[in-house]
Amino acid sequence: MKRIGLTGDEAIAYAAKQCDVDVVSAYPITPQTIIVEKYSEYVANGEVDTEFVNVESEHSALSACIGASLTGARVFTATASQGLALMHELLYIASSLRCPIVMGIANRALSAPLNIHGDHSDMMGSRDCGWIQIFAENAQEAYDWTIQAFRLSEDPEVLLPSSINIDGFIISHSMEGVEVLEDEAVRAFLPPRSDARAIDPNRPLTIGPVALPDYYFEFKRQQAEVMKKVPPVLERVCREFGKISGRRYGKFQSYGMEDARTAIICMGSAAGTARHVAKALRGKGEKVGVVKLWLYRPFPADELVRELEGLKSVVVMDRAISFGAPLGPLCSDLIGAIYGKLPKLKVMNAIYGLGGRDITAKEIEGIYREGLRMAKAKAPMVRVKYVGVRE
Amino acid sequence: MSTLRELTKEELLAPGHRMCAGCPVPTLVRMTLKALRGPTVIVNATGCLEVATSIYPYTAWRLPWVHVAFENAAAVASGIEAGFKALMRKGRWDQKVDVIALGGDGGTFDIGLQALSGALERGHDFLYICYDNEAYMNTGIQRSGSTTFGAATTTSPPGAKIPGKREWKKDLIGIAVAHDIPYAATASVAFWKDCIAKVRKGIEVDGPAVIHAITPCPRGWRHEPSESIKVARLAVQTRFFPLYEVENGKYRITLPVPNPLPVEEFLKTQGRFRHLFKPENRWMIEAIQRWVDKNYERLVKLSQL
Ligand SMILES: Cc1ncc(C[n+]2csc(CCOP(=O)(O)OP(=O)(O)O)c2C)c(N)n1
Repeated sequence: MKRIGLTGDEAIAYAAKQCDVDVVSAYPITPQTIIVEKYSEYVANGEVDTEFVNVESEHSALSACIGASLTGARVFTATASQGLALMHELLYIASSLRCPIVMGIANRALSAPLNIHGDHSDMMGSRDCGWIQIFAENAQEAYDWTIQAFRLSEDPEVLLPSSINIDGFIISHSMEGVEVLEDEAVRAFLPPRSDARAIDPNRPLTIGPVALPDYYFEFKRQQAEVMKKVPPVLERVCREFGKISGRRYGKFQSYGMEDARTAIICMGSAAGTARHVAKALRGKGEKVGVVKLWLYRPFPADELVRELEGLKSVVVMDRAISFGAPLGPLCSDLIGAIYGKLPKLKVMNAIYGLGGRDITAKEIEGIYREGLRMAKAKAPMVRVKYVGVRE
Repeated sequence: MSTLRELTKEELLAPGHRMCAGCPVPTLVRMTLKALRGPTVIVNATGCLEVATSIYPYTAWRLPWVHVAFENAAAVASGIEAGFKALMRKGRWDQKVDVIALGGDGGTFDIGLQALSGALERGHDFLYICYDNEAYMNTGIQRSGSTTFGAATTTSPPGAKIPGKREWKKDLIGIAVAHDIPYAATASVAFWKDCIAKVRKGIEVDGPAVIHAITPCPRGWRHEPSESIKVARLAVQTRFFPLYEVENGKYRITLPVPNPLPVEEFLKTQGRFRHLFKPENRWMIEAIQRWVDKNYERLVKLSQL
């Protein structure tokens, strides 16, 4: 295993390169562009044996990925923000046609006003599209998850597309030392894709038909069921990946949760800051913890309930707004998960960091302190707070 | 392939699909499927053909068929072509697979034009066939970029102030040819031999090919279901829809019409043009005739180059 300097985008491209991808179709958008550029370089230099379909839009990128995936090819793409929004229609089709496409997303704010910096609004707009959604905290995780995502997506039990999310600029453009596996190790972990359902021109198969009220609902019900197969397969994939890499992943990662009174639940790069602050506070005797979610869809509801048992309060950090909704998207999910199970747990929803606004250690400390206050007070069960914004 | 008898009897589009009575699109598809040369995958844009041939749990398709969405048949075809190409290179697939994309005029002239242009520019080896019924028929006869000037549709109704569609039909083949593709052609279901020969050519060329086929719609054009082929024939005989092909930029009229009937003969078969025959709208028929003449002259000149 060697350590090389890679940005988050480069780490995803490097991982995809080692995964022997058959077809890549993508379209540039900041802050994802480097993934497309890096991959183009690999193609141009003959470092990969990949058909690169340089399309004229994200809509066509995902359309071409779906077409290629249906032939049984291993397929990769990447996008962000407006590009993901332009793909929206096809996101649902990719998952419904059970195409195990892997997509890197450098999360970015949505227009208007135009903003190229990081927040989770793009992915949250797509949260119900039937994709496996994973958030990485840094370049190392982005690299590791990209490789694991192909195994997970292509597993015959799963056959669903996955997205690997990294915070735009904060991770996509920051150089880190990333421990990469040997090519052979990745090849052994991820043999070429084979799918018995792939298009075989000698065998008639109707893909993507019309289903009217007499059948459509059954299709969707089954699709909901498939999501339940993801967690056990994910566990298996992570265990095997741990053996070859020494890095063990799962649905989420906990810090200081053994005896915590209050905890922050978050996704992506903010987890590092939250851990840093938690460490300092724990040094002062405060019982705080962090739960960093890797797997956002399917949402690990039962496991989170177990993890939060015994806590007095949690702060759910949302880097997106769900306009008109009572809470941010992640917080809504959490409330749904704990409903009736942890009736005494107080929940604060901290909405932060939109359009690339920094979240500071000081602000996170403030959030913790409020979480601890809530734990003691007879506070209402849920409240929303916007952090780091001029009001 | 020169006589009916020499055509394969195999029908890859099963009877029992739910296209309307008298719709010539299944006829066009059956002709297309008789021109196949080997393993083929069909990509179908959303539209009448797609919804009426694939109602789960039934299907009329006896070969692999993919529907993804309305505007992306050409992009999906690009991906399928790229997928098989990669698998062949890596030794995981061993047969050349032909890819044919089918889309209506709405899915081709309008919402799908960007994806089509992208696929043509990239040079994917596939055949794109646009069946042109001159409106969005699946959603109930709304005007498209291909609807004839003056035609009545539900979004270009002839009213007291505006007598039908005000804009002219786009030149789809011109747009396709501007991409410098190896093969483009028009076709009519009334001329089966010409049509099948062109489909085969489109499959055989290396690179993208586009066929633009006129397919009258009894519902939308308001003619008797039994008259569709006749109307499709009149479209050619009046020079309204000339049959030609463009091979590597070289135009050739494949079915010259030396003594054309007046375009009126075509227009009067259809209720969608009924209002044009009012005295105050006669100028529109004349304008359509001028458009027809000019277009044919242009094609004659192009084929003499
Ligand atoms: C993005 C999107 N917009 C609109 C529609 C609704 N729609 C479905 S089919 C169709 C019209 C198809 O017209 P055309 O391509 O001419 O084919 P036809 O129905 O005439 O066969 C429309 C507007 C859709 N499916 N997707």
